[in-house]
Amino acid sequence: MGIASKAAKAAAYLFLITGAALMIIPLLWMLLTSFKTVAESTSMNPFVFFPSVWRVDNYTRVLNQNHFSAYYVNTFLMMFFRILCSLLFSAMAAYAFARLQFPGRNFLFGIVLFQMMVPTQIFIIPQYLMVDALGMRNSIFALVFPGFVSAFGTFLLRQFFLGLPRELEEASKLDGCNIGQTFLLVMLPLTRSGLVALGIFTALFAYKDMMWPLIINTSAQSATLASALAKIQSAISVNYPELMAASVLAFWPMLLVYIVFQKQFVEGIASSGGKL
Amino acid sequence: MAGYKRIRVPRNTWNMWLWGWFLVAPTMLGLLILNIIPIFQTLYLSLFKSGAFGRGNQYVGIGNYERLIADAQVWHAVANTLLYTVLVVPLSVALAMIIAVLLNGKVKGTSIFRTIYFIPMIAAPAAVTMVWRWLYNPQFGLINYVLTQLGLDPVRWTTDPQVGLISISLIGIWSIFGYNMVLLLASLQEIPRDFYEASDIDGASKMQQFFIVTVPLVTPTLFFVFVTTIIQSMQVFDVIYMMIDVTNPAYERTVSLVYLFYNNSFRYMDKGYGSAIVVLLLVLIMIITYFQLKAEKKWVNYM
Repeated sequence: MGIASKAAKAAAYLFLITGAALMIIPLLWMLLTSFKTVAESTSMNPFVFFPSVWRVDNYTRVLNQNHFSAYYVNTFLMMFFRILCSLLFSAMAAYAFARLQFPGRNFLFGIVLFQMMVPTQIFIIPQYLMVDALGMRNSIFALVFPGFVSAFGTFLLRQFFLGLPRELEEASKLDGCNIGQTFLLVMLPLTRSGLVALGIFTALFAYKDMMWPLIINTSAQSATLASALAKIQSAISVNYPELMAASVLAFWPMLLVYIVFQKQFVEGIASSGGKL
Repeated sequence: MAGYKRIRVPRNTWNMWLWGWFLVAPTMLGLLILNIIPIFQTLYLSLFKSGAFGRGNQYVGIGNYERLIADAQVWHAVANTLLYTVLVVPLSVALAMIIAVLLNGKVKGTSIFRTIYFIPMIAAPAAVTMVWRWLYNPQFGLINYVLTQLGLDPVRWTTDPQVGLISISLIGIWSIFGYNMVLLLASLQEIPRDFYEASDIDGASKMQQFFIVTVPLVTPTLFFVFVTTIIQSMQVFDVIYMMIDVTNPAYERTVSLVYLFYNNSFRYMDKGYGSAIVVLLLVLIMIITYFQLKAEKKWVNYM
């Protein structure tokens, strides 16, 4: 190996490590600040990197003044029901679009594609008025509402069904399976990686969505983690140690899930790419 | 059997049609109620001046659109949204591509780097923005501390109208590029090794290899990444909402179309005007998508 290629390699590592540090530092700073006192966090001379004592006061105060257990439950249920509905309904529709011939198929699939191209904000006011008319604001139903079905999920899973060999269906037909049984027992299990990818996308989207919960669930008890953070920020605008504690409280569950399932996360998302 | 003959469609075909309709029914019904009807409702609402929660609507025809065209703030928002997109999309895609190429080479720890770069993607924008607001803090923020240590002037990251949108774009790039990188890396890993070996034998330099072998083969993924990043950037809201409130001196130079839509619809309770703003966003995205699909034929290589 020549000196030039060694230098190139060193430069590559330097670049990658610098980049990784820039990804991590903001999150590390969040964690460090959350254990500091206000005085420590605003001391510039000397600049304080580590808290003198690792106190949890900020966490206790944030937890006492808010309803974090409700936020966790609301966020979890919103994610759970959205994943359940979008996996079930999208898989059904995706299979039909990928493999069955029926009148109206192309027109209906056109609607699916069209929905994906339209900015979601155009649906929000009517969706708000619908939930309001049903008297269902400030509920789990309201949080799940825009996610009962998923055009994106239908599109994504259709790609996975299209990739499966046709012989499987012919074989199961010979074994006496009807179309429903073929779908449920033969084809669906084979799209596992697609279902995992869609589940992850749905979970992340629900967890990160701020505008819908902010609009529809305005009562303190019915907020999600994302919308609660927005309210907490306007309530304690400049006490950064407390704000960082709130951020950590909102961030850790997803980070934990990510660390445990990182392979599924990254590969699920990688497997969905470029399929447009 | 006499009745059977009158059915022109064979039983098997009927059976398939019924299954097809049955399987797509929940999704299509949901899309109809949640998305298709709302599009028309939004268009309809944009012709009204609305009071609180849609009560006391007053028909104004194209009045909201006339107001929109004359409203300087709307055009600021259009410019801010486009500028944000122009800052975030090329930089985040280029950075994602560079890192993906480096990780696809013979480096150790590819999966660790991949895991780290992806972390911002799993954080809620609300939490991310709080952290960055703290890093950007003019007096006590880490970034200005580092700048002053290096002998540079501190920057008013979140309140200087000249800087606000750049600060927001940095958060946007930081948040999105790991996702783009994962997609591009997956696509790079699918390129067969012999392609590179063949071009090695032909005496191509690394640089030539990158532009002749690598880039053309990842253009479908690159196109996907461009389209999704552009659409997302055009809808930027959370970060600006969390960082810039309406009294911030940088508000005019940072407010996005979706933020303006939110403020008009749910803060000032004028859902008619809010609807007109979101229709403008729809038109902009349609125009951009049209040009992207035209450009796709020019530079995307499907094998």
